[in-house]
Amino acid sequence: MSKTETGELLVASSPHLWAGVSTSHIMRDVLISLAPAALGAIWFFGWRAALVIALSMASAALTEWGCMRLMGKPSTLGDGSALVTGLLLALTLPPASPVWLPVVGAAFAVAVVKVAFGGLGHNFVNPALAARAFLLAAFPAAMTTWTAPFDAVTTATPLAVLPAPFAREVLAGPLPSYRDLFLGTVGGSLGETSALLLLIGAAYLLVKRIIDWRIPVGFLGTLAVLSWILGGTNGLFTGDPLYHVLAGGAILGAFFMATDYVTGPITPKGRWIFAVGCGLITVLIRLYGGYPEGVLFAILLMNVVTPLIDRFIVPAPFGGVKGRA
Amino acid sequence: MDLWARFRGGVHPDARKTTAGCATQPLPRPERVVIPLRQHIGAPCQPLVKKGDAVALGQPVGDAEAPVSAPVHASVSGTVAAVEPWLTPGGRMEQAVVIEAAPEDQPWEGLPEGLGWTLDPESLDPAHIRDRVRQAGLVGMGGAGFPAAVKLTPRPGSEPDVVILNGAECEPAITSDHRLMLEHPEQVVLGLRLFMRASGAKRGIIGIEANKPDAAAKLSQLVAGDPAISVEVLPVRYPQGAEKMLVWALLRRAVPVGGIPLDVGVVVQNVATAAAAAVAVAEGRPLTHRIVTVSGRVASPGNWLVPLGTSFVDLVKASGGLTGSLARVIAGGPMMGVAQPDLDVPVIKTTGSVILLGPEDLDETPAGPCIRCGRCVEACPMGLLPAQLCSAALASDWAAAERFHVRACMECGSCSYVCPARRPIVQSIRLAKSELGRRARAGRG
Repeated sequence: MSKTETGELLVASSPHLWAGVSTSHIMRDVLISLAPAALGAIWFFGWRAALVIALSMASAALTEWGCMRLMGKPSTLGDGSALVTGLLLALTLPPASPVWLPVVGAAFAVAVVKVAFGGLGHNFVNPALAARAFLLAAFPAAMTTWTAPFDAVTTATPLAVLPAPFAREVLAGPLPSYRDLFLGTVGGSLGETSALLLLIGAAYLLVKRIIDWRIPVGFLGTLAVLSWILGGTNGLFTGDPLYHVLAGGAILGAFFMATDYVTGPITPKGRWIFAVGCGLITVLIRLYGGYPEGVLFAILLMNVVTPLIDRFIVPAPFGGVKGRA
Repeated sequence: MDLWARFRGGVHPDARKTTAGCATQPLPRPERVVIPLRQHIGAPCQPLVKKGDAVALGQPVGDAEAPVSAPVHASVSGTVAAVEPWLTPGGRMEQAVVIEAAPEDQPWEGLPEGLGWTLDPESLDPAHIRDRVRQAGLVGMGGAGFPAAVKLTPRPGSEPDVVILNGAECEPAITSDHRLMLEHPEQVVLGLRLFMRASGAKRGIIGIEANKPDAAAKLSQLVAGDPAISVEVLPVRYPQGAEKMLVWALLRRAVPVGGIPLDVGVVVQNVATAAAAAVAVAEGRPLTHRIVTVSGRVASPGNWLVPLGTSFVDLVKASGGLTGSLARVIAGGPMMGVAQPDLDVPVIKTTGSVILLGPEDLDETPAGPCIRCGRCVEACPMGLLPAQLCSAALASDWAAAERFHVRACMECGSCSYVCPARRPIVQSIRLAKSELGRRARAGRG
């Protein structure tokens, strides 16, 4: 049997099998997991929320397409990561955002934070979070105009009326009920209102083993313990840990932002360090810092520390190295 | 002991063991066999015959003085047509003895006398067993090809107390060891007893993955009255059959990186090697045939008893021919097997399986950037950081590769198997290992 009968044989180094879960599968699963929260946002805040989400995702996708075209490289839209960035950013924006806010934010996230550093896999901070930080610094008024659910368009409530969720005077009580926090009938950004809808998506990611459980457990666990110890107005150990977990962006951050593969450590041990660091910094900013919410900067700071963590956490191989202890 | 003891990491590829029910059939006698002079790890053999010589079945046609080597034998009677370089399934060109088969096989007159199937291993001199194993040309038939007699030789300071027979057969698509255990369990058990006697170990374990309950039951029956030997069923998880994973799963002993099982008092041999040892001692016949699973795009996939040196072309013919166009030929399993540039390569001692794939079986998803998802870290049974090794290797940063313990990699391929970005992870690790090996040799020389 000659080569002409057998056709050209392709030689490649093993393995010759592949599990079949691709990057775009993973991104698709992340989009699915965010769907309940996104739909919930539309339910709570109306068509305006839908517009913010659509503009953010469209801007992210268009920016990525444009950047690749400008550089004369093949389009990377297929991996789905731009859409994830767009959706995540939208979920961190206020419901009453002016239409240009998501457009500018998503373009910044993709062009400056991601593509400029080499594209998917090479950005050193989470693009959606970095974009939110950028918007917060550049357009503080637009970014902190919170509204109560179900009247987003009509009565945009300015910041002065709705105090930040972790200000001393708010923590002194009375706090919103856990039920309201859980179901989402409180003010906040698009995605952070309903813990329940976020947790449904998070459960999906955990069951499909897309995200590492260590990160949300370490993050929220640290947050709960430290806020219980330090967060009370009547001395130590009088804080309300459940309020700290449910209010603000902790759930969204711990399950969907801190679990970003690219900007977190790659080892299980490193992920514990990363997660605990996120919880710690969140508490410090919330209780002692100048910003109303700490999740954003906690994750961004730990993103920056990640290369250091990965440099020092090198597990010993199985069996240990012969001749060394 | 915890029967479901497991190692960390690993993956679950689809088993594809469709030939498990195919009883072994003798392959029609090939017209020509090609016997490479190196089918093992170690020194190549020197040819003992020359062009034009008549050879008989079982006659040694190559041997070496070096301690780490194994002789090779004629698998048919016939005439030596050439001694020339030939492509082997490992991917190297090796000197090989090409034999044109005579119409009938005549056993070689110089074969040692068999001791019969009722022999008592305890009555034999361990050195005599080791000598038989060496003279029969036995090497690790699971794929590694390490000379079996060397492993059985106790070293001062590390006498083994356990012999493990590896019947895990964790690679997808291969069923040759499964068939062997079902069809010749008595050979496997006698081989184990011979290995225990030869190495001085008092305990024997046969480790089998849970997807072969019939084989485990057969062997358990055979060793029922013997407290020294047990059959252990292992969870189905690739790479369960990797030596270090097997030793850990069965004994909770960790073989150090750079070490061998003997460092923790264990000798590991493949079940097919054990059966071949039993044949060598009981019947005096050297290793001239082995069972090969032929699967994939052939009309009738199955298991064949194949004379060593038979061309893959003859295997395809015997299996009813190809059912479509051929895109890849794998010697071994789909996870660690070697893709062949040509179908005309000979079956050697370590060839347990030949897989024929069509273009439709190959995944063409292009590689993308690493998204640092950590799946490779989770899958690595050695506890390494494959993603870091991959980027170090692709950047030719050999120092970083060493810092991430590149030498500990056993190249099971679990990392590349799970990688969502299709990164060439284990492939780049192989590159780093060979480059570091080259540098080490250059440094010494």
